[in-house]
Amino acid sequence: MRRLRTIFLTPAGALMFATLVVPSLIICTYSFLSRGAYGGVERPFTIDNFERLIAPLYGAIFFRSFWIAAVATALCLALGFPLALFIARSGERKNLYLGLVILPFWTSFLIRIYAWMFLLRDTGLINTVLLKIHAIHDPLPMLYNDGAVILGLVYGFLPFTVLPLYATLERLDPSLLEAAADLGSKPWDALWRVTIPLCAAGFRAGAILVFVPCLGTYIVSDLLGGSKTILIGNLVQNQFTASRDWPFGAAAALALMIVAMALLFAARRRGEELL
Amino acid sequence: MDSILELRRVSKTFGAQVAVREVSLVIPKGQFFSLLGPSGCGKTTTLRMIAGFEAPTSGEVWLSGARIDPLPPYRRNVNTVFQSYALFPHLSVRGNVEFGLRRKRFEEIDARVRKVIEQVRLDGKESRMPAQLSGGERQRVALARSLVLEPEVLLLDEPLSALDPQLRKHVRAELKDLQRRIGVTFLFVTHDQEEALAMSDQIAVMNGGSVEQCGSPEEIYQRPRTRFVAGFLGAMNWIGKIGVRPECTRISRERENGGRAAVVTRCVFMGPAIHVEARLETGESLVAQVAATERGFEEGSAVHVSWSARDEVRFSE
Repeated sequence: MRRLRTIFLTPAGALMFATLVVPSLIICTYSFLSRGAYGGVERPFTIDNFERLIAPLYGAIFFRSFWIAAVATALCLALGFPLALFIARSGERKNLYLGLVILPFWTSFLIRIYAWMFLLRDTGLINTVLLKIHAIHDPLPMLYNDGAVILGLVYGFLPFTVLPLYATLERLDPSLLEAAADLGSKPWDALWRVTIPLCAAGFRAGAILVFVPCLGTYIVSDLLGGSKTILIGNLVQNQFTASRDWPFGAAAALALMIVAMALLFAARRRGEELL
Repeated sequence: MDSILELRRVSKTFGAQVAVREVSLVIPKGQFFSLLGPSGCGKTTTLRMIAGFEAPTSGEVWLSGARIDPLPPYRRNVNTVFQSYALFPHLSVRGNVEFGLRRKRFEEIDARVRKVIEQVRLDGKESRMPAQLSGGERQRVALARSLVLEPEVLLLDEPLSALDPQLRKHVRAELKDLQRRIGVTFLFVTHDQEEALAMSDQIAVMNGGSVEQCGSPEEIYQRPRTRFVAGFLGAMNWIGKIGVRPECTRISRERENGGRAAVVTRCVFMGPAIHVEARLETGESLVAQVAATERGFEEGSAVHVSWSARDEVRFSE
């Protein structure tokens, strides 16, 4: 029994070790080294990289990243809950609707975000149509701002709130809602006092599933946010590419990872498994 | 006695399936009234139509002289104790009991909660969560949560079935006491004939969506109108078209007046009683219940069985 467990766990464990633990250790090491003249890293060991992160410029980037991730998460939950509720209550068509929620994953995330560029830009579909029908005289500035980034994030991560919320709603005992009605609770009141509180675990799971990847995103902010909207993810990417400052990029990545893990621990309730 | 709840030719169909067929009932105020029947007989559907969770396909439900079947559950002055209790797991005992009082904007909430908690003997457990309570305690929270709203009729959907058998008999007596003390009309749904007989003032026996017989426990036990009612309420010996309960069937080694010759086929020791199974010369089998202190009936021994004519049950069907 024990041996069987070892055999079963070894492949996944080895993969995780080689692709997650080892690189994390490398990043950790790099973050304490100095920048090489042509990229890469050199000695001596230093904590300069972390000191630079605290500078107001980078602090602002961190703050913006958190703010945008928080707004996107809140929107995903607010939009995902009614959708999950609808699916959970649609009887035999549940599986069809769940399939539709997952359908976008069949296309590359990158391509889907590019598609948004074609929709939102000044010469894009929406502006062209609105100009044609004379609803507007000048193209609406829909691309390259925080709004576009949040839109892209909500679009991309909405399924990650719908699925856990659906799972909790599906398990909800329908007699609890009957009991609420029986005790004088009108439908909206019952939704607020019974359904939503009992979905707390789904809200927490959905929030974590969306917030953490939003915090680290760089594709969405790069394509839809333009050069004005730099988030932590773009900062890290820049350090490893254009700026050739690997140690600083590693420090930023490490800081992001630590913050994300701290949040995971904070969100975990006593005696309750995450997700 | 004044009636408080009345069902007038109520039917409910689910697709092609008829769950309840033209049920008419009059439930007197202050009574412990039971709907008794096997699973699928329509008793729970009937209860759910009174509570408002299902709309009747046809027929009317009247409560205290007002028609309630078009009203949603939250506008009906009846409350339900669910089979699974359906306590809100995120609310404490107090939170559960207060829930309805706050929704219905009652006054003096604290005093009402305190009183009902005392009535169901949950004092000191107000801040416990449902998961921290025993089955019996949960059932009492479910009762308290409904009773605190002073419903005109309390609907109970097999509230004892989730309890273990030891506790069930105890809770049965407790529930009956509570009903007598507070005087609220109870409409109790059960498939357990012993439970219904022990607790009810009146029983309506349901089968296949219809009420087969309605009457006092003695009446339906001793004078069942249909074979189904007779069989559902307890064992019955059938000799042709005549039915006799085992406890009314006498068995003896000596021949009595009108006794019939039989051979003992089996003896089953039940604790306080022995069930002696015997076969008549005509081939029919019957069971006689004798005191456990009575000995001497052995398999294969020749006996005589008899019963008095007033214990006979006859059906026209």
